[in-house]
Amino acid sequence: MDLKDLYRDVILDHNKSPRLFGRLDPADSSADGHNPLCGDRLHVTVKLEGDRVSDLRFDGKGCAISVASASLMCEAVKGKRRAEIAHLFNEIHDVLTHHDAPVPDDLGKLAALSGVREFPVRVKCASLCWHTLNAALDRSSEPVQTE
Amino acid sequence: MNAKPDIAGVYDVQRVWRDFPILARQVHGKPLVFLDSAASSQRPESVIAAVDEYERMHHANVHRGVHQLSQEATALFERARERVRDFVNAASSRGVIFTRGTTESINLVAQAYARPRLQRGDEILLTGLEHHANIVPWQLVAGQTGAIVKAVPIDRRGVIDVADVASHMNERTRIVACAQVSNALGTVLPVREITRLAHARGAVVLIDGAQAVPHQRVDLKALDCDFYAFSAHKMYGPTGIGALIGRESLLEAMPPWQGGGDMILTVSFEKTTFNELPFKFEAGTPNISGAVGMAAAIDYIDSLGIDNIHAHEQRLLAIATRKLEAVPGLTIIGTAPDKAAVISFTIDGIHPHDLGTILDSEGVAVRTGHHCAMPVMEFFNVPATARASFACYSRESDIDALVTALARAREVFT
Repeated sequence: MDLKDLYRDVILDHNKSPRLFGRLDPADSSADGHNPLCGDRLHVTVKLEGDRVSDLRFDGKGCAISVASASLMCEAVKGKRRAEIAHLFNEIHDVLTHHDAPVPDDLGKLAALSGVREFPVRVKCASLCWHTLNAALDRSSEPVQTE
Repeated sequence: MNAKPDIAGVYDVQRVWRDFPILARQVHGKPLVFLDSAASSQRPESVIAAVDEYERMHHANVHRGVHQLSQEATALFERARERVRDFVNAASSRGVIFTRGTTESINLVAQAYARPRLQRGDEILLTGLEHHANIVPWQLVAGQTGAIVKAVPIDRRGVIDVADVASHMNERTRIVACAQVSNALGTVLPVREITRLAHARGAVVLIDGAQAVPHQRVDLKALDCDFYAFSAHKMYGPTGIGALIGRESLLEAMPPWQGGGDMILTVSFEKTTFNELPFKFEAGTPNISGAVGMAAAIDYIDSLGIDNIHAHEQRLLAIATRKLEAVPGLTIIGTAPDKAAVISFTIDGIHPHDLGTILDSEGVAVRTGHHCAMPVMEFFNVPATARASFACYSRESDIDALVTALARAREVFT
């Protein structure tokens, strides 16, 4: 296992300077995500225009992987339609959980997270933001957990 | 042979280290540096061999058969009980109940002692340092009875002040339950004074000794608490075995908490009469090999001398504290003057889980997270800490390896 594969420059940069950090007020939907084992907490707020996520923000506390993943996710999904977001989620999920899965070209900067799969205990750190976003899109008010 | 301190009284940690086969292995191509003994310690060759010999030569069910193997297994199991009694200087082996560990011991007391006695408005007093295992069982019984759970707060050093304990007691305080040593911070609590205070007010005292027994001499006759709980796997023994030591008069008056074989004298469909102590609380076939391993772990500790282990670990604690304080950005959480060899810490700009992963890649095993003590984390306003904990086999070179790995973590994050 190579640490450089986990802590790539893109990840370290997004951890240090998270993009789209904060909360939208007013927002059309929001959700809390909590990983009780790590203590990671994320809050995601979204604005919707029809089928499209026109804007979103996240805030919270967590490890470098969870913060960078949330920051990269927000950049990646902003302006996208629900179906496109679901497609991205499926792709990133496969990349995170399947050792040999090819990294699709359309993942863009999200591909930087592919090193996480060599560190199985950290996969939940990278996926917490996606579960939280899905909860917000499902208009669920229940906190989601990755444990 | 077990390593023994040599005649000059010098503790030969390298010999002790060699008694633990797992410590010689590599992790990610690096020599293992195991600094997570507070979560679970490793086992020496003698414990592994004792369990192995039991499985190969002596196993049968206990307290049942007249055949030779059953008698041998029973003798080994009851010898283990006597070793446990002797290890903590308990009054009698009738008050030594084998359980799955500290957690089960506390649940036993909560359900079999507290539940039938607590009235609505009665109080259970804990401290802000407790492990979840000494919080949740009391919350459950409070929910069942209408009793109230209170906690004595800690100060900024992670210390529990005896005067604070006194001021949190009142005429409704029925049970005081606290750790002897905090797993998250290492704080040693003044359990003798707390026990005296509680007894003066007629409350019953349970001490969670899980983190105390591997590190210091425990004398229950002197401590005089009513219940004492601990686990074998934190003191070089197997998992899934531990003990509850109880005051006989209280145990006699308690109903059994689980029904089954071994805990009965006679059973008919009309009436069952229960077995005497300690068997009343040991329903079902017990963890016999675990008890054999626990006794072997006590033999091992005795061969080193618990006071020698204590002195060795205190020396390491002082060295590690000094070396870690010199690491830029590192903050030690828990600075009580009286501590066991446990150091919880955070590093500016690096989340404990990232730290854990980076240290692991260097072969250094530390615990990261909330240490099953979320109220402690909340008090210090941190989501988690990294924790290095030391044992009889820990070496000064392990501390240096930790410090080097921490420097590596800073490299990754700058």
